[in-house]
Amino acid sequence: MSERLKKILVILTATIIAFMSLMPFVWMVFASFMKSGEANVYPPKLIPDEFVLTHYITLFTRLNLTGYLINSLVISVGVTFISLIINSMSGYAFAKMAFRGKKHIFNSLLSAMVIPGQVTMLPVFLMLKNMGLINTYWAILIPGMASIFGIFLIKQYALSIPDSLIEAARMDGGTEIQIYWKVILPLCKPILVTLGIFTFMGTWNDFLWPLIVMTDSSMYTLPVALANLMGEHTQDTELMMAGSVITIIPVIVVFLALQKYYIKGIMLGSVKG
Amino acid sequence: MKSKTKFSALLLFLGPSLGVISLFFFIPVVAAFSLSFTDFDIYSLGSWEYLRFVGLKNYIDLINDPLFWTALKNTFYFVLLGGPLSVGVSLGTAMLLNSKYIKWKGLFRLVYFLPVVTTLVAVSIVWRYIYHPRFGLLNYVLSFVGVGPFDWLGDPNLAMPAIILMAVWKNFGYNMIIFIAGLQNIPEELYEAASIEGASGWQKFKSITIPMLAPTTLFISVITMIGYFQLFAEPYIMTQGGPLNSTLSIVYYMYQEGFRWWNIGYSTALAFMLFIIILIGTLIQFKVQKIDE
Repeated sequence: MSERLKKILVILTATIIAFMSLMPFVWMVFASFMKSGEANVYPPKLIPDEFVLTHYITLFTRLNLTGYLINSLVISVGVTFISLIINSMSGYAFAKMAFRGKKHIFNSLLSAMVIPGQVTMLPVFLMLKNMGLINTYWAILIPGMASIFGIFLIKQYALSIPDSLIEAARMDGGTEIQIYWKVILPLCKPILVTLGIFTFMGTWNDFLWPLIVMTDSSMYTLPVALANLMGEHTQDTELMMAGSVITIIPVIVVFLALQKYYIKGIMLGSVKG
Repeated sequence: MKSKTKFSALLLFLGPSLGVISLFFFIPVVAAFSLSFTDFDIYSLGSWEYLRFVGLKNYIDLINDPLFWTALKNTFYFVLLGGPLSVGVSLGTAMLLNSKYIKWKGLFRLVYFLPVVTTLVAVSIVWRYIYHPRFGLLNYVLSFVGVGPFDWLGDPNLAMPAIILMAVWKNFGYNMIIFIAGLQNIPEELYEAASIEGASGWQKFKSITIPMLAPTTLFISVITMIGYFQLFAEPYIMTQGGPLNSTLSIVYYMYQEGFRWWNIGYSTALAFMLFIIILIGTLIQFKVQKIDE
């Protein structure tokens, strides 16, 4: 094969794949601005005859999307901040503190990662039900406060912090909390951003757990509300597309703004999985 | 030698995380295991007095439950076809983006990665319309090459392949990033030396790229398999497990039994079967990798 032909083939393939990756999103966005029924025609249309905001207005007025948006935001931001603090304290302790059984505890945490989360769902549900926390934000916030993956990620990063820095801070009379807050956290900033994005997106996109613990419609997160809406509005293609756009926008924005950290996180997670 | 950290400091730093993980992960695992030997159902949910120990009954019932075997078969179909396909596309696109001919690598990487970060429920809904037998984009595109139209989600033989196609589209970007990092770690001299000896592109791929990527591939295969065994949202949104239960997955069945019908004992037994299958799958992959070496 000639060099030139090869080059054309490579670029052509890459472009076709890019096109296939984007097409569903492009259609989603355009269809969300179509008039009712316009997306259900043959041959399918890509560009709406006239851009209308009807479906977005319906979603926010009649279908209470604002409430779901707030639920999703409060839960995702809440889980992200609480878990960042708890995981970073733990990861730092595993990296830099000396205590008996450290290796054993850490290794058993790591091996527990093969247990699929679904195993624990029924007992955790029963427990939260007994505490009266079903249909509250706590049902998602509490189990999400710590994660083994998060602890692992922070620990790997904190290992690279020189002991001398911590010793120096201790000499200056810093308490453990002060050292963590003033020395460790600032140094861990890149990995905290990475873990923060992972947690935010993971919580935002999560479906099964919110579906289980949020049974009252006023407590739905966006994905649960969307799935529920699908049941009643299957025929309203344009409305469903508008709902999908709103659900996706926040994660796309976070990703585009911080993609460097996100990509780095994937590599870090894969180094010693 | 570092001095031992004070107990109070350990309690402060490790207490919250280990407390939450014990209370909401380790204890529930043990609880689930115990529950799987009981007949915990909607009556026990009201009052624990109705709870009875039934030994292995749930597991025996599972083995005699045709729906369990259907769910198992569908899940394996998804994992065994979708998994390798996903990993293959990831490797292919990683090599494509690693090519010297591609400019704007960052832009391509970004576009390929977009489906990964988006909400699964939302894209499942979008794909449901793309697969529409009459107005769907896919059948329209296929009509140009004279194929179809197909009733993608309505035909029991096509529903699972359609879900696999969407899953590959949604997920390939993630592993692609890991493969790109793996490819960049292969020393360029290896390829140069092979070129001097007159090796073809395929030979170089087989005897340099594949062996050098083996650890990366093992890691990717394991995480992909674990993730794919947990198939749930796609069939829930796109097919509700149908048509004719052809897309009912283990987790979907577990959800229905546990949270629809409150057969909690039975449902936890299902969850444990899933765990055992994932564990065996992981061990097999590590074994296969060892033999290759």
